[in-house]
Amino acid sequence: MKIIVNGQSLEVTAKLLDAALGELGYGDARVATALNGEFVPKPARASTSLGDGDRLEILAPMQGG
Amino acid sequence: MQVYGVDIGSRLLLGTAQYPSPAILGDAVRASGAEIVTVSLRRESGGNQHGQAFWNLIRDMGVRVLPNTAGCHSVKEAVTTAQMAREVFDTSWIKLEVIGDNDTLCPNVLDLVQAARLLSDDGFDVFPYTTDDLVVAERLLEAGCRVLMPWGAPIGTGLGLNNVYGLRSMRAHFPDVPLIVDAGIGLPSHAAHAMELGFDAVLLNTAVAKAGDPVMMASAFAKAVEAGTLARSADPMEARDMASPSTPVLGKASLG
Repeated sequence: MKIIVNGQSLEVTAKLLDAALGELGYGDARVATALNGEFVPKPARASTSLGDGDRLEILAPMQGG
Repeated sequence: MQVYGVDIGSRLLLGTAQYPSPAILGDAVRASGAEIVTVSLRRESGGNQHGQAFWNLIRDMGVRVLPNTAGCHSVKEAVTTAQMAREVFDTSWIKLEVIGDNDTLCPNVLDLVQAARLLSDDGFDVFPYTTDDLVVAERLLEAGCRVLMPWGAPIGTGLGLNNVYGLRSMRAHFPDVPLIVDAGIGLPSHAAHAMELGFDAVLLNTAVAKAGDPVMMASAFAKAVEAGTLARSADPMEARDMASPSTPVLGKASLG
Protein backbone atom coordinates (compact mmCIF):
# COMPACT_ATOMS: atom_id res chain seq x y z
CA MET A 1 0.00 0.00 0.00
CA LYS A 2 1.03 3.63 -0.37
CA ILE A 3 1.39 5.83 2.70
CA ILE A 4 2.71 9.36 3.14
CA VAL A 5 5.87 9.28 5.25
CA ASN A 6 7.13 12.68 6.38
CA GLY A 7 5.36 14.23 3.41
CA GLN A 8 6.67 11.74 0.88
CA SER A 9 4.56 9.04 -0.79
CA LEU A 10 6.13 5.62 -0.16
CA GLU A 11 5.16 2.00 -0.82
CA VAL A 12 5.17 -0.33 2.20
CA THR A 13 4.14 -3.96 2.53
CA ALA A 14 3.89 -4.00 6.34
CA LYS A 15 0.39 -3.71 7.75
CA LEU A 16 1.43 -2.64 11.25
CA LEU A 17 3.31 0.50 12.29
CA ASP A 18 6.24 -1.16 14.06
CA ALA A 19 6.90 -3.44 11.08
CA ALA A 20 6.64 -0.49 8.69
CA LEU A 21 9.26 1.42 10.70
CA GLY A 22 11.64 -1.52 10.33
CA GLU A 23 10.89 -1.75 6.63
CA LEU A 24 11.57 1.97 6.18
CA GLY A 25 14.99 1.69 7.84
CA TYR A 26 14.26 3.15 11.26
CA GLY A 27 14.94 -0.07 13.19
CA ASP A 28 15.84 0.91 16.75
CA ALA A 29 16.17 4.62 15.91
CA ARG A 30 15.19 7.11 18.60
CA VAL A 31 12.05 8.44 16.94
CA ALA A 32 8.47 9.34 17.83
CA THR A 33 5.54 8.64 15.55
CA ALA A 34 2.21 10.23 14.71
CA LEU A 35 -0.38 8.69 12.41
CA ASN A 36 -2.83 11.03 10.70
CA GLY A 37 -1.95 13.73 13.20
CA GLU A 38 -2.38 11.57 16.31
CA PHE A 39 0.57 10.59 18.50
CA VAL A 40 1.20 6.84 18.55
CA PRO A 41 3.24 5.87 21.64
CA LYS A 42 5.98 3.31 21.12
CA PRO A 43 4.14 0.49 22.98
CA ALA A 44 1.11 0.99 20.69
CA ARG A 45 3.02 0.67 17.40
CA ALA A 46 2.72 -3.11 17.27
CA SER A 47 -1.06 -2.91 17.41
CA THR A 48 -1.50 0.11 15.11
CA SER A 49 -2.73 -0.82 11.64
CA LEU A 50 -1.81 1.15 8.55
CA GLY A 51 -4.20 1.96 5.74
CA ASP A 52 -3.75 3.19 2.20
CA GLY A 53 -3.10 6.94 2.14
CA ASP A 54 -2.30 7.20 5.86
CA ARG A 55 -0.04 10.08 6.86
CA LEU A 56 2.85 8.98 9.04
CA GLU A 57 5.18 11.46 10.74
CA ILE A 58 8.49 10.14 12.07
CA LEU A 59 10.37 12.68 14.19
CA ALA A 60 13.83 12.55 15.74
CA PRO A 61 15.89 14.75 18.11
CA MET A 62 17.11 17.91 16.45
CA GLN A 63 18.75 21.21 17.38
CA GLY A 64 16.32 23.77 18.76
CA GLY A 65 16.07 27.18 20.36
CA MET B 1 16.74 28.72 41.09
CA GLN B 2 14.23 25.91 41.39
CA VAL B 3 11.91 24.92 38.54
CA TYR B 4 9.41 22.11 38.87
CA GLY B 5 11.22 20.86 41.95
CA VAL B 6 14.65 20.77 40.30
CA ASP B 7 17.50 22.93 41.59
CA ILE B 8 19.32 24.68 38.76
CA GLY B 9 22.70 26.29 39.39
CA SER B 10 23.15 28.22 36.15
CA ARG B 11 20.73 31.01 35.29
CA LEU B 12 21.58 30.84 31.62
CA LEU B 13 19.59 28.45 29.41
CA LEU B 14 21.00 27.91 25.94
CA GLY B 15 19.49 26.88 22.62
CA THR B 16 21.30 24.32 20.46
CA ALA B 17 20.40 25.53 16.95
CA GLN B 18 22.37 27.34 14.24
CA TYR B 19 25.92 26.64 15.48
CA PRO B 20 28.69 26.33 12.87
CA SER B 21 29.39 22.73 13.94
CA PRO B 22 28.47 20.18 16.62
CA ALA B 23 31.92 20.63 18.18
CA ILE B 24 31.40 24.39 18.53
CA LEU B 25 27.94 23.75 20.01
CA GLY B 26 29.53 21.49 22.62
CA ASP B 27 32.25 23.99 23.45
CA ALA B 28 29.73 26.85 23.64
CA VAL B 29 27.47 24.94 26.04
CA ARG B 30 30.44 24.17 28.27
CA ALA B 31 31.67 27.78 28.15
CA SER B 32 28.20 29.07 29.03
CA GLY B 33 27.92 26.88 32.10
CA ALA B 34 24.30 26.17 31.08
CA GLU B 35 22.69 23.20 32.78
CA ILE B 36 19.59 23.29 30.57
CA VAL B 37 19.60 23.32 26.76
CA THR B 38 16.63 23.52 24.42
CA VAL B 39 16.09 20.94 21.69
CA SER B 40 13.41 20.12 19.14
CA LEU B 41 11.92 17.35 17.01
CA ARG B 42 12.06 17.28 13.25
CA ARG B 43 11.45 14.79 10.45
CA GLU B 44 14.16 12.23 9.86
CA SER B 45 14.71 10.00 6.85
CA GLY B 46 15.17 6.32 7.58
CA GLY B 47 18.73 5.25 8.05
CA ASN B 48 20.49 8.62 8.17
CA GLN B 49 20.53 8.71 12.00
CA HIS B 50 21.18 12.47 12.27
CA GLY B 51 18.83 12.55 15.22
CA GLN B 52 20.68 9.80 17.02
CA ALA B 53 24.02 11.56 16.49
CA PHE B 54 22.60 14.80 17.88
CA TRP B 55 21.08 12.96 20.84
CA ASN B 56 24.45 11.33 21.61
CA LEU B 57 26.12 14.75 21.53
CA ILE B 58 23.61 16.24 23.97
CA ARG B 59 23.71 13.22 26.26
CA ASP B 60 27.50 13.42 26.48
CA MET B 61 27.23 17.05 27.65
CA GLY B 62 25.48 15.90 30.81
CA VAL B 63 22.88 18.68 30.63
CA ARG B 64 19.13 18.58 31.14
CA VAL B 65 17.08 19.00 27.95
CA LEU B 66 14.07 21.24 27.49
CA PRO B 67 12.30 20.18 24.27
CA ASN B 68 10.31 22.84 22.45
CA THR B 69 7.24 22.95 20.25
CA ALA B 70 8.83 25.50 17.91
CA GLY B 71 6.92 26.23 14.74
CA CYS B 72 3.57 24.96 16.03
CA HIS B 73 0.64 27.20 15.14
CA SER B 74 -2.26 25.37 16.79
CA VAL B 75 -3.16 23.73 20.09
CA LYS B 76 -3.40 20.32 18.40
CA GLU B 77 0.00 20.62 16.74
CA ALA B 78 1.68 21.80 19.94
CA VAL B 79 0.09 19.13 22.14
CA THR B 80 0.96 16.31 19.72
CA THR B 81 4.54 17.60 19.37
CA ALA B 82 4.85 17.74 23.16
CA GLN B 83 3.63 14.15 23.48
CA MET B 84 6.18 13.02 20.89
CA ALA B 85 8.96 15.01 22.60
CA ARG B 86 8.17 13.44 25.97
CA GLU B 87 8.70 10.00 24.52
CA VAL B 88 11.86 10.78 22.53
CA PHE B 89 13.61 12.88 25.17
CA ASP B 90 12.23 11.01 28.17
CA THR B 91 11.26 14.18 30.04
CA SER B 92 8.01 15.78 31.16
CA TRP B 93 9.50 19.25 30.58
CA ILE B 94 8.23 21.12 27.53
CA LYS B 95 8.95 24.62 26.27
CA LEU B 96 5.53 25.43 24.90
CA GLU B 97 5.43 27.65 21.83
CA VAL B 98 2.21 28.31 19.95
CA ILE B 99 3.03 30.87 17.30
CA GLY B 100 0.38 33.37 16.24
CA ASP B 101 2.17 35.50 13.68
CA ASN B 102 4.93 34.63 11.25
CA ASP B 103 6.52 38.07 11.06
CA THR B 104 6.99 38.56 14.79
CA LEU B 105 6.74 34.93 15.97
CA CYS B 106 4.49 36.42 18.62
CA PRO B 107 2.81 33.69 20.68
CA ASN B 108 -0.90 33.11 20.19
CA VAL B 109 -1.62 33.54 23.87
CA LEU B 110 -5.21 32.28 23.69
CA ASP B 111 -4.13 28.95 22.22
CA LEU B 112 -1.08 28.94 24.47
CA VAL B 113 -3.25 28.95 27.59
CA GLN B 114 -5.44 26.19 26.19
CA ALA B 115 -2.46 24.01 25.26
CA ALA B 116 -0.81 24.69 28.62
CA ARG B 117 -3.93 23.45 30.42
CA LEU B 118 -4.16 20.27 28.35
CA LEU B 119 -0.49 19.48 28.82
CA SER B 120 -0.42 20.29 32.54
CA ASP B 121 -3.44 18.04 33.07
CA ASP B 122 -1.53 15.33 31.19
CA GLY B 123 1.43 15.52 33.58
CA PHE B 124 3.73 17.85 31.65
CA ASP B 125 5.87 20.53 33.32
CA VAL B 126 5.12 23.42 31.00
CA PHE B 127 7.53 26.29 30.30
CA PRO B 128 5.31 28.67 28.29
CA TYR B 129 6.88 31.10 25.82
CA THR B 130 4.59 34.07 26.35
CA THR B 131 4.41 37.88 26.25
CA ASP B 132 4.64 40.25 29.22
CA ASP B 133 0.82 40.44 29.48
CA LEU B 134 -0.06 40.00 33.15
CA VAL B 135 -3.56 38.68 32.52
CA VAL B 136 -2.25 35.98 30.21
CA ALA B 137 0.40 35.18 32.81
CA GLU B 138 -2.31 34.70 35.45
CA ARG B 139 -4.21 32.38 33.11
CA LEU B 140 -1.07 30.34 32.46
CA LEU B 141 -0.53 29.89 36.18
CA GLU B 142 -4.17 28.88 36.60
CA ALA B 143 -3.65 26.37 33.78
CA GLY B 144 -0.91 24.70 35.81
CA CYS B 145 2.32 26.42 34.73
CA ARG B 146 4.85 26.91 37.54
CA VAL B 147 7.26 29.02 35.51
CA LEU B 148 6.71 31.79 32.95
CA MET B 149 8.92 32.75 30.01
CA PRO B 150 8.07 36.20 28.64
CA TRP B 151 9.81 37.39 25.51
CA GLY B 152 12.33 40.19 25.59
CA ALA B 153 11.85 40.84 21.87
CA PRO B 154 10.77 38.68 18.90
CA ILE B 155 12.76 35.46 18.44
CA GLY B 156 16.02 35.92 16.58
CA THR B 157 15.96 39.73 16.51
CA GLY B 158 18.57 40.43 19.16
CA LEU B 159 16.76 43.66 20.05
CA GLY B 160 17.02 43.10 23.79
CA LEU B 161 14.32 44.01 26.30
CA ASN B 162 11.68 45.81 24.23
CA ASN B 163 9.33 46.56 27.10
CA VAL B 164 11.26 47.09 30.29
CA TYR B 165 8.19 48.47 32.04
CA GLY B 166 6.20 45.34 31.19
CA LEU B 167 8.94 43.04 32.40
CA ARG B 168 9.45 45.03 35.60
CA SER B 169 5.69 44.90 36.25
CA MET B 170 5.71 41.17 35.71
CA ARG B 171 8.52 40.71 38.23
CA ALA B 172 6.67 42.86 40.78
CA HIS B 173 3.34 41.12 40.18
CA PHE B 174 4.71 37.59 40.48
CA PRO B 175 7.43 37.83 43.12
CA ASP B 176 7.47 34.08 43.80
CA VAL B 177 7.09 32.63 40.29
CA PRO B 178 10.28 31.67 38.43
CA LEU B 179 10.48 34.09 35.48
CA ILE B 180 12.80 33.49 32.54
CA VAL B 181 13.28 36.03 29.74
CA ASP B 182 13.11 33.96 26.57
CA ALA B 183 13.93 35.33 23.13
CA GLY B 184 15.17 38.61 21.73
CA ILE B 185 18.37 38.84 23.73
CA GLY B 186 21.24 39.89 21.46
CA LEU B 187 24.01 41.04 23.78
CA PRO B 188 25.38 40.12 27.19
CA SER B 189 24.28 43.57 28.43
CA HIS B 190 20.66 42.60 27.61
CA ALA B 191 21.03 39.47 29.72
CA ALA B 192 22.60 41.43 32.58
CA HIS B 193 19.72 43.90 32.39
CA ALA B 194 17.14 41.10 32.68
CA MET B 195 18.91 39.75 35.74
CA GLU B 196 19.15 43.26 37.25
CA LEU B 197 15.37 43.53 36.86
CA GLY B 198 15.11 40.46 39.06
CA PHE B 199 14.44 37.77 36.49
CA ASP B 200 15.46 34.31 37.54
CA ALA B 201 17.17 33.34 34.30
CA VAL B 202 17.50 34.07 30.58
CA LEU B 203 17.10 31.73 27.63
CA LEU B 204 18.88 32.55 24.39
CA ASN B 205 20.23 30.89 21.27
CA THR B 206 20.96 33.07 18.24
CA ALA B 207 23.07 35.61 20.14
CA VAL B 208 25.61 32.90 20.89
CA ALA B 209 25.21 30.64 17.85
CA LYS B 210 25.49 33.48 15.32
CA ALA B 211 28.35 35.33 17.01
CA GLY B 212 31.65 35.35 15.15
CA ASP B 213 33.08 33.34 18.03
CA PRO B 214 30.20 31.45 19.68
CA VAL B 215 32.37 29.97 22.44
CA MET B 216 33.74 33.36 23.48
CA MET B 217 30.23 34.84 23.36
CA ALA B 218 28.89 31.99 25.51
CA SER B 219 31.53 32.86 28.09
CA ALA B 220 30.59 36.56 27.86
CA PHE B 221 26.93 35.71 28.52
CA ALA B 222 27.87 33.56 31.50
CA LYS B 223 29.74 36.49 33.03
CA ALA B 224 26.92 38.94 32.23
CA VAL B 225 24.29 36.73 33.84
CA GLU B 226 26.46 36.36 36.91
CA ALA B 227 27.07 40.13 37.04
CA GLY B 228 23.37 40.91 36.72
CA THR B 229 22.47 38.39 39.40
CA LEU B 230 25.05 39.82 41.80
CA ALA B 231 23.91 43.36 41.06
CA ARG B 232 20.30 42.49 41.86
CA SER B 233 21.35 40.90 45.14
CA ALA B 234 23.48 43.94 45.97
CA ASP B 235 20.38 46.20 45.94
CA PRO B 236 21.19 48.86 43.29
CA MET B 237 20.97 52.59 44.04
CA GLU B 238 17.87 54.54 43.04
CA ALA B 239 18.22 56.48 39.78
CA ARG B 240 17.51 60.24 39.97
CA ASP B 241 17.06 63.02 37.45
CA MET B 242 19.33 65.71 38.90
CA ALA B 243 23.06 65.40 39.45
CA SER B 244 24.41 64.84 42.92
CA PRO B 245 28.14 65.28 43.59
CA SER B 246 29.87 62.15 44.75
CA THR B 247 32.91 64.01 46.09
CA PRO B 248 32.14 65.72 49.41
CA VAL B 249 31.40 69.44 49.12
CA LEU B 250 32.22 70.02 52.79
CA GLY B 251 35.87 71.01 53.23
CA LYS B 252 36.32 72.17 49.66
CA ALA B 253 39.01 74.87 49.46
CA SER B 254 38.03 78.44 48.65
CA LEU B 255 40.24 79.13 45.64
CA GLY B 256 38.03 81.34 43.49
